[in-house]
Amino acid sequence: MSEKEQNLTEKKSTRRNFLKNSGLTLGGLVLGGAVTSLVVKNDETITTSAPADSEHGHEATNYNKALMFFTPEQYSTIAAATEQIFPKTEVGPGAEELLVPYFIDHQLAGSYGLMSKEYTKGPFYPKEATPLFGHQTHLTRQDIFVLGINLLNSEATKRFEKKFYELEAEQQIEILTAVEADEVELNAATTPSYFFKLLRSATLEGVYADPLYGGNKDMGGWKMKKFPGHQMSYANMVEKEEFVDIKPQSLNAQHNH
Amino acid sequence: MATTLPKTDIVLVGVGWTGGIIAAELTKKGYQVVGLERGKTRSMNDYLMVHDELRYANRNEMMQDLSKETWTVRHDPSQRALPYRNHGSFLVGDGLGGSGEHWNGLTYRFFPYDFEIRSKTIERYGEDKIPADMPLQDWGITYDEMVPYFEKFEEMIGLSGEENPHPDVPKIKYPTAPLKETPAMKMFREAATSLGYHPYTAPAATLSESYTNKDDITRGACQYCGFCERFGCEYGAKASPIVTVLPVAEKTGKFEVRTESSVRRIIHENGKATGVLYIDTKTGEEFIQPATVVAVTSYILNNVRLLLLSELGKPYNHETGEGVIGKNYAYQMTSSGSTGFFEDKEFNSFIGTGALAGVLDDFNGDNFDHTDLDFIHGGNIALGHYGRRPIANNSTPKGTPSWGKEFKDASIYWAHKYMSVGSQGSVMPNKNNFLSLDSQYTDQYGDPLLSITFNYKENEINQQKYIREITTNILKEMGATEVSTPGDQGDWDTTKYQTTHNTGGAIMGADPKTSALNNYLQMWDCENVFIPGANAFPHNSGMNPTGTVGALAYRAAEGIEKYLTNGGGSLV
Repeated sequence: MSEKEQNLTEKKSTRRNFLKNSGLTLGGLVLGGAVTSLVVKNDETITTSAPADSEHGHEATNYNKALMFFTPEQYSTIAAATEQIFPKTEVGPGAEELLVPYFIDHQLAGSYGLMSKEYTKGPFYPKEATPLFGHQTHLTRQDIFVLGINLLNSEATKRFEKKFYELEAEQQIEILTAVEADEVELNAATTPSYFFKLLRSATLEGVYADPLYGGNKDMGGWKMKKFPGHQMSYANMVEKEEFVDIKPQSLNAQHNH
Repeated sequence: MATTLPKTDIVLVGVGWTGGIIAAELTKKGYQVVGLERGKTRSMNDYLMVHDELRYANRNEMMQDLSKETWTVRHDPSQRALPYRNHGSFLVGDGLGGSGEHWNGLTYRFFPYDFEIRSKTIERYGEDKIPADMPLQDWGITYDEMVPYFEKFEEMIGLSGEENPHPDVPKIKYPTAPLKETPAMKMFREAATSLGYHPYTAPAATLSESYTNKDDITRGACQYCGFCERFGCEYGAKASPIVTVLPVAEKTGKFEVRTESSVRRIIHENGKATGVLYIDTKTGEEFIQPATVVAVTSYILNNVRLLLLSELGKPYNHETGEGVIGKNYAYQMTSSGSTGFFEDKEFNSFIGTGALAGVLDDFNGDNFDHTDLDFIHGGNIALGHYGRRPIANNSTPKGTPSWGKEFKDASIYWAHKYMSVGSQGSVMPNKNNFLSLDSQYTDQYGDPLLSITFNYKENEINQQKYIREITTNILKEMGATEVSTPGDQGDWDTTKYQTTHNTGGAIMGADPKTSALNNYLQMWDCENVFIPGANAFPHNSGMNPTGTVGALAYRAAEGIEKYLTNGGGSLV
């Protein structure tokens, strides 16, 4: 316990670290009123001191940065996993900076997570179905993400005696690689690789979907990939030999009046 | 207890391309048409927020709600069929205009060879060329007989195109000029020409210029916005039912569309339909709509299901080969495409439209000698410039990991430096590829789902090995620094998008023993039921099907008019 408390005092530099540590201190419990205010307080402090990319020198409050589905610890786990799938590099921002974990949280809370426009009637034959037949389980995407997150953390505990989000990058990659290859056990009506497949595609969606969904922060994914987003016409450019670099625009431009 | 409504001349089951064409043609002639559409109403205003990849391409905004009704899938009759729980291999539209709203707009005519494929194959190669398990059939109509109907469809949509230079392909006079050519398409044209092939700009239903058709419908030119297939067109430049045939039918005052009206049965007695039973999905009330003619005009899979549920026509039995409803289900083989990486190029790959492509038919139909080949038919070969969007397009050279730092940097580095040359490969019928009612799974009302039993067979597997070499060579000739050639065609992957070109199941022909429909798309077993969809194809050709579907709808419209004028009877 004393070691954990020490951790708490040492690692204050980022919001993610704070959440990690609050998770540690409280054993991953869903936060009550007092602790919630602690999180908010810390977050505010960090927000003012964090490097900001807005023209006013500090970031405006982004009300999207809150959780609809994940617990804070589940969030931290997914944040770490998505950052390994799509890391920050010299080329540009990674999943966390693009707010991909919030995107995934918000998607899971709704139709995507509950599969409300998909066929969910039984009977189910998950063992019989090859991957060519896709989703063949009674589990929803919400269920599969929770199972997958638990798997990442139990695997982290087994191999390194830590939570997944506390591990070094190489250790996280080692576990994700094993999950992708079904080299870990998952006692559920789905496979580790199926979870990984969902996680990878949700990560790319969060990097590149219109910012209206809460990811692709400031169109950072599009800027990196030179994708112009929502434009009315390319009729004058379609025959051009040279690459046309266009400032991206989101659907907000279509509705912002 | 269902409420019986006043009788109409023609009732449509589904209001997409085929229903819309029949509605326009028959209301112009003075007939009353009622269109029953299970989905919601739709107008161009619905497309103002359409440049949204996640909503339309990943979450399938315009597609059938599978929670209510889907299909089951399996590779062969010995397997248990499992539900198609998420959209994958094909994307069936929903709502007014149906799949005709979210299509690409590539609009071809099937070849003369296609319509007489059995006779022409035997004539050139002998009967032994056709394997015993391939129920290859002539269509009961010739290309020359189809020409006037192709022309009607092409005039109505204002098809933009360039003459196909291949000497064996009939010439077409296009109503509008071809679409603009991108630098990558020019490279394709030059490379293919230097290899001795006959490339041209694909015929497109996304207008190259503003156009007014004979019905006085005016539409503007395509803006190449890059959100086309899987999306609706906010300009109306892409021909779709809501901007072409449906306004024409509505203007006559003789067309009534009832949306959110899901047809559950065709009611029939003594070989004639009396009308349809449908449910108003807002109130849950059931109605009977009596009609002189029933036109089954939903998506092919749903057309065949409705016939089976209604016990109309004799179901196909794969063991005996007898029966016709469900027979000759086919698809499209799309796994011959190669991808070329161009180190020193940067293409405007985000620019494009669903029908913007350079294409060639040198390895399609019977345009090349199959004497020493272990397959018949083939596929077109095309470089598409459809507009690449960032969630879906993350191609990297072979050997690159699929996630992590190396993947991320490579997927961004190559984002505008690759081009694919693909193929819409033909699929020949096989006695074990068919549609039937599922024995286990049901829809929201408790009715059995349709089961799709399908796999790629020898003809497709061999075709793919042949075509992939050509797509690779074209990319090399284009100067690609590296080319990824696909591996062999494996079992049908129901999860990965291939095409929404499902065909067959209620096919046309000259013989009631081997086909469900005559060449007016009139049911042999029920003279006042017409079914003019891709369900009528006895096999699937090596190109996109909508041009041929549209032509068949005009043919059926003429048949319905004849039938009503004659006061009944078989038209053949």
